[in-house]
Amino acid sequence: MTAEGIRKAILEIIRDILPDEDLGSLAPDKTFREQINLDSMDFLDIVMELRKRYSIEVPEKDYPNLATMNSSVGYLMPKMERL
Amino acid sequence: MRYDNIIIGAGLSGLAAGIRLARYGGKTLILERHDRAGGLNSYYHAGGHYMDVGLHAMTNYNPHGPSSAPLLKLARQLKARLADFGLVPQGHSKIVFPGASLSFTNEFAHFQDEVAKAFPAQKDNFAKLARLAGEYDELNLNAKHASGRETVSSIITDPLLAEMIMCPLLFYGGSREGDMDLGQLVVMFKSLFFEGFARPLGGMKTVLGLLLDIYAKEGGEIRLETGVKQIVAGDGGVSSVVTDMGEIIECARVFSSAGLWETVALCPQARPEGVQSGPGRLSFMEAVYVLDRPARELGEDSSIIFFNNTPAFIYKKPDEPLDLRSGVICFPGNFGDNGVEGPPMARLTSIADYAYWIGIEDPREYLRSKIEWSAKALKAIGAVTPDFSRNVVFRDVFTPKTIKRYTGHINGAVYGAPDKLKRGETPVAGLYIIGTDQGFLGIVGAMLSGITVANLRLAGKD
Repeated sequence: MTAEGIRKAILEIIRDILPDEDLGSLAPDKTFREQINLDSMDFLDIVMELRKRYSIEVPEKDYPNLATMNSSVGYLMPKMERL
Repeated sequence: MRYDNIIIGAGLSGLAAGIRLARYGGKTLILERHDRAGGLNSYYHAGGHYMDVGLHAMTNYNPHGPSSAPLLKLARQLKARLADFGLVPQGHSKIVFPGASLSFTNEFAHFQDEVAKAFPAQKDNFAKLARLAGEYDELNLNAKHASGRETVSSIITDPLLAEMIMCPLLFYGGSREGDMDLGQLVVMFKSLFFEGFARPLGGMKTVLGLLLDIYAKEGGEIRLETGVKQIVAGDGGVSSVVTDMGEIIECARVFSSAGLWETVALCPQARPEGVQSGPGRLSFMEAVYVLDRPARELGEDSSIIFFNNTPAFIYKKPDEPLDLRSGVICFPGNFGDNGVEGPPMARLTSIADYAYWIGIEDPREYLRSKIEWSAKALKAIGAVTPDFSRNVVFRDVFTPKTIKRYTGHINGAVYGAPDKLKRGETPVAGLYIIGTDQGFLGIVGAMLSGITVANLRLAGKD
């Protein structure tokens, strides 16, 4: 999977979790939490969906890596490039 | 046959936990002793009429609230659409004490105005209480205990107003006699006053049907008429459950909504250390009336009435079969234009003495007693609402005995034990408590309870 593919995958996951949020103008270098209404339970669901859809494990200590789109893509690249 | 998760009880907490676990936590099975889902909030038919169990209203009605609002969070977590609950908001509810009556709606400002009108000297104090509630983080599962009643009384210096505020909070979420933990009080204050009431148009059947559908879509399994008589645990924690019929089902985790002490009866090693009190002591009788005309036509337009006929609100197990001094009256038709499918109804709930009701063995004596005491309860609300006794087409009454029979909860305690397990953890690895004894109460609370404990485990806290 390319970086763009990973970005799309993450967007799709967030779209499923927050169906009513407008994700069109999501800035890639700002945190998700400051741009959309993502609470801690929603964030956990991102981790859960990555596990469910792609069998990717994200340990709790790595959660800060998922704060922005850019950092998420960077973090997930080695885990997802084989997909 | 081995499951990742077994859930004991197909009530609201079990179904909600089931949805989360089935989606993210592997192979999940719900075991329910009764022939249907719902538990403390189920449904049945009597005399040809559909009847809800335990449903007056759902709290936390705040459909346009921030995404952190409990009801919206709940819908997201369950992958449900809020519209599917078919919620119809209340008109207004009332708290009626001798010499004072306060109404409240789904807009908090209305309640504030009512308090200011009836208790002008307490206007600022009430604002202070509201601020405290607003700033309190009730989702902090590690908060220290404090007395809710003492906190309220230290701020609201008119005892009558303090009692009137405590009354609905206790009736809808009090597991302890006479008081509630400050955290719980804040949850109830926000749920009832900041947010509000609504009822699902189709009743519990709609809500349960929705949850069961979602659960099935996530691949969850459920077995009705399958009770659990033992939870087997070894050194490594939970290993299996044994059903009433003796079938052994292996599992990695068990989430029990049976109640803390009920679960300890299934698994003695689950007895928590440091928990002071035993099972809860508060149970209720409820009479459900089918009326021949809408309550509005009889002159009653309140959705719910919390009444108390003495200056102080006594919230404890009564010495008599029923406590006739207080109660809750719900008019489902007074939600929205007509918040109920089917005929007009009224529900009257009174605090009841479990020991009396469970002690009646002869069915005819039980029926006679139900008729006698529900008639007394109906008489006692004469000053509170127009008399509808001549408009009753059908009546069904359930008692603490009924609650015990269909849910297994000790003492018929619908709000569970006074001491809660906020994180749902027991000394047994892999065995968790969800539902009333985890601590989130009511219909919305129960669902959040299942979700919260399931999420703790899904996040890898094992």
